[in-house]
Amino acid sequence: MSDSKPSSAPMIELQAVNKWYGEFHVLRDINLQVARGEKVVVCGPSGSGKSTMIRCINRLEEHQQGRITVAGIELNADLKNIDAVRREVGMVFQQFNLFPHLTVLQNLTLAPIWVRKLPKKEAEETARYYLERVRIPDQADKYPGQLSGGQQQRVAIARSLCMKPEIMLFDEPTSALDPEMIKEVLDVMVGLAEEGMTMVCVTHEMGFARTVADMMVFMDRGEVIERAPPKDFFANPKSDRTRAFLSQILAH
Amino acid sequence: MASEEAFLRTAPARPAPWRDPKIRAVAYQVAFVGGLVALVAFVIHNLLGNIGRQNIATGFGFLGREAAFGIGESLIEYSPADTYARAFLVGLTNTLHVAALGVIFATILGTVMGLARLSSNWLVAKLARVYVETFRNVPLTLQLFFWWGLLNKMSPGPRQAWQILPDVFVSNRGIVYPVPFANPAYWWVAAAFLIGLVVTIGFGRWAKRRQIATGQQLPTGWVALALIVGLPLVVFFGFGAPLALDVPSLQGFNFSGGSSMSPEFAALLLGLVIYTGTFIAEIVRAGILAVSWGQSEAAMALGLRSGQRMRLVVLPQALRVIVPPLTSQYLSLTKNSSLAVIIGFPDLVSIANTTMNQTGQAIEGIAMIMAVYLFLSLSISFAMNIYNRAVAMVER
Amino acid sequence: MTYIVQDIPVAAQAPPPRPSGVIGWLKANLFNGITSTILTLLCVALFAIAIPPVIRWGLIDAIWQAPNGPACHGNGACWAFIGEKFRFILFGFFPVAETWRPIVVVGIFLLMIIASCNRRMWGRRLGILWILGLFVVFALMRGGFAGMSQVETAQWSGLPLTLILAVVGMLFGFPFGVLLALGRRSKLPAVRAICVGYIELIRGVPLITLLFMASLMLPLFLPAGVTIDKLVRAQVAFILFAGAYLAEVVRGGLQAIPRGQIEAADALGLSYIQRTRLIVLPQALSMVIPPLVNTFIGIFKDTALVIIISLFDLLTMAETSLTDANWQGFYVEAYIFVGVIYWSFCFFMSRYSQLLEREFNRGKRR
Repeated sequence: MSDSKPSSAPMIELQAVNKWYGEFHVLRDINLQVARGEKVVVCGPSGSGKSTMIRCINRLEEHQQGRITVAGIELNADLKNIDAVRREVGMVFQQFNLFPHLTVLQNLTLAPIWVRKLPKKEAEETARYYLERVRIPDQADKYPGQLSGGQQQRVAIARSLCMKPEIMLFDEPTSALDPEMIKEVLDVMVGLAEEGMTMVCVTHEMGFARTVADMMVFMDRGEVIERAPPKDFFANPKSDRTRAFLSQILAH
Repeated sequence: MASEEAFLRTAPARPAPWRDPKIRAVAYQVAFVGGLVALVAFVIHNLLGNIGRQNIATGFGFLGREAAFGIGESLIEYSPADTYARAFLVGLTNTLHVAALGVIFATILGTVMGLARLSSNWLVAKLARVYVETFRNVPLTLQLFFWWGLLNKMSPGPRQAWQILPDVFVSNRGIVYPVPFANPAYWWVAAAFLIGLVVTIGFGRWAKRRQIATGQQLPTGWVALALIVGLPLVVFFGFGAPLALDVPSLQGFNFSGGSSMSPEFAALLLGLVIYTGTFIAEIVRAGILAVSWGQSEAAMALGLRSGQRMRLVVLPQALRVIVPPLTSQYLSLTKNSSLAVIIGFPDLVSIANTTMNQTGQAIEGIAMIMAVYLFLSLSISFAMNIYNRAVAMVER
Repeated sequence: MTYIVQDIPVAAQAPPPRPSGVIGWLKANLFNGITSTILTLLCVALFAIAIPPVIRWGLIDAIWQAPNGPACHGNGACWAFIGEKFRFILFGFFPVAETWRPIVVVGIFLLMIIASCNRRMWGRRLGILWILGLFVVFALMRGGFAGMSQVETAQWSGLPLTLILAVVGMLFGFPFGVLLALGRRSKLPAVRAICVGYIELIRGVPLITLLFMASLMLPLFLPAGVTIDKLVRAQVAFILFAGAYLAEVVRGGLQAIPRGQIEAADALGLSYIQRTRLIVLPQALSMVIPPLVNTFIGIFKDTALVIIISLFDLLTMAETSLTDANWQGFYVEAYIFVGVIYWSFCFFMSRYSQLLEREFNRGKRR
């Protein structure tokens, strides 16, 4: 349970967002607001468009209709806006996507040096601080190929945090991990949540959702079906489709 | 008890000799090597017999004899009165000359075409594809015949030479093109270029140190352009822009002035560059595609711009995939330059062939050719292994 | 903490109208951006300059019928030259009256190649098919029985010779290459050293030197009185060459076999030969079929080099056809004719190999 009160102006706002892949209508009339400090968990069956939706937030995907505003900046074709948004939004991928030709430390300092134009020493201090936070300070000089999956994902989280983003997006961060490594990554994410980070997380980990989320969002076939705080979402889902999904996911 | 312990402490008894793996290994190898040695002995026996019967000379003494044949083109001084050894040297320099130029131009052509295949412009991508598919699937030998036929047999005499560019003429005597007259100003321009290069490198280093210290990024690209291109240009114009060209002009039956390239050399270079360029194009394309899209996405998510993405994330990974097959293409090009013999360009194999015909010493000649190419191959492989080990990505 | 519930499904709508059809495609693919537009214009200019003269030369001004060379020289191509010479280029010095024999031979090769593409044939059946096919090919080319006149190997020329050199080179080079690859990975140092030495030696030198070696030196290596046919000499060179390159391809497959396979085979008590024959080789070879096909394409192109040692393959026949005093100067036509033949073989084989690679990768992805 988070104890920070979300403030008034929304950090992320999606208004009537529609997206098509060719003829396929993948996002249908999405309306979503995320306040500062709010933690939103997005769940739903595969193919429901959840990944596509959060990838629209940092313009890794383009929406064709509707309006997306992030931290007050409107997301459109203007490169300046896109760059500004990406500086404030950090993303953690399912496949980690660490840069294999750079050491862990270099992975973390790359963007601060080249995008925020920090001196190397300062960037490295920040990097070591966040490596400490994700509990792998001694791996700084190793290469990603030498780390386990759980360690790599924690490095990926630290890499995004080094840019000191306002918002963190997680696209199924634990889906590619072996079961024994999921907890170490979730622990890091819980710690982040407790510090008041604005988070949008696509995940199947319902235990994590119950602990951390302020708002649960259920998506199916491209639309937002239901949106409720976790207490009500899990105990009393209002829509049939939500109920069907939950019964499958919570079966064991 | 004690005796049991003592028994257990000794090593297990060796099996009978014919079942012992170590002895069998030795036996197999002895049999294998023995068989080979017997074969070689048989061959040598025949060889010596045939040499004696056919009165073939042996030994490398012929290298000191006078060659008594002319060589069409050479980078070093040569006359028929020189030794066979010198003739070989001429062949070697010709091979290295065409191979070096071939490697440079094929790399440029191949990289451009490889990137063109990845272009978002449909027309450019398709044209590059047509280039690759056309010239990759036709034997190099045929392509050489084609270019040589075009440049040597189908081109007109100098009097009716084709003019493909202002002052550049193609005739059956070769390609003539203008060169600037030697002018002291050019030395200054060259000096300016070198100075520009050195200062650019120094500036780059200083800019990097500054970035590490303060994070500030300096426009090294523009500075490099200004120094490497701008400075020599300034010097050039400072000297009054001397551009007096030695232009080839028809004098009687042939061109004089300018510089020329024999049809054989031009055909060989053209064929090698166009053929090898197709393979290099595919290698470059595969290398860039090999870097997963997720890498670009992660870089984008971190806020890196497209130029930075290319330079810091995609290209370093792509190069690791590109360089090994690229060096093997360089090797291939060098070996393919030996096809010069079919169009009469005096490379190493061609000259060795003439020598073997004249002296009858085929074995020594072929051995020398193989030794040279083997040396080149092994050097290039060795260099590539060092590069590979240096940039190998570290894994568990 | 607002609830949202949306039980009524939002119907799928059509995407917003993008400029579709031809204009839309043009905009997206040819004119998307300044650089792209400039490039498109450059390409179009290139076409405008290059294509009309070629069409004029090749089709409009071309002469399709002519009694002799001088009558055929004009502004355009002289396809009458090809009409006159194509039998000579394709089948060379084979007796004209029995041209049906090399035609059948080429047909047999084509059939065998097409049959090899059929996945169901792979395995021992294919090997037997090729050996039988080659036997028939040699019988037809040689003749000397059933009313066919005997034709010496010196007269085997043109496309059949090219195919024979390439196919026999691969067929014999393949088992040789497999043995070399196994030897290179052997634990016995002497065997390994010799195999590595051979492979690096052959791969480090140009094929021309091997052809020279075979044609000039091989006779010297044989006992007195034993002569060796020129075709056989060249064939030996191709087999030795193919073996070294195929060894490297097979080695790649062997290296990809997980250690666990060998350990499982050992645990079951299989001998080295059994393990190799039953477990390792089948997996290794099926993995490297695309590079094997690519190697065959390379060797097929390399057969053109036999012009050096005066064997009359397809390219040499083209060159020879140009020496006819009555038909002088039709280089481009001859090279285009032969080029199209080589290109067709190589292009379709390479498409096949790309298809195989795609299927193999599809199977690998989980």
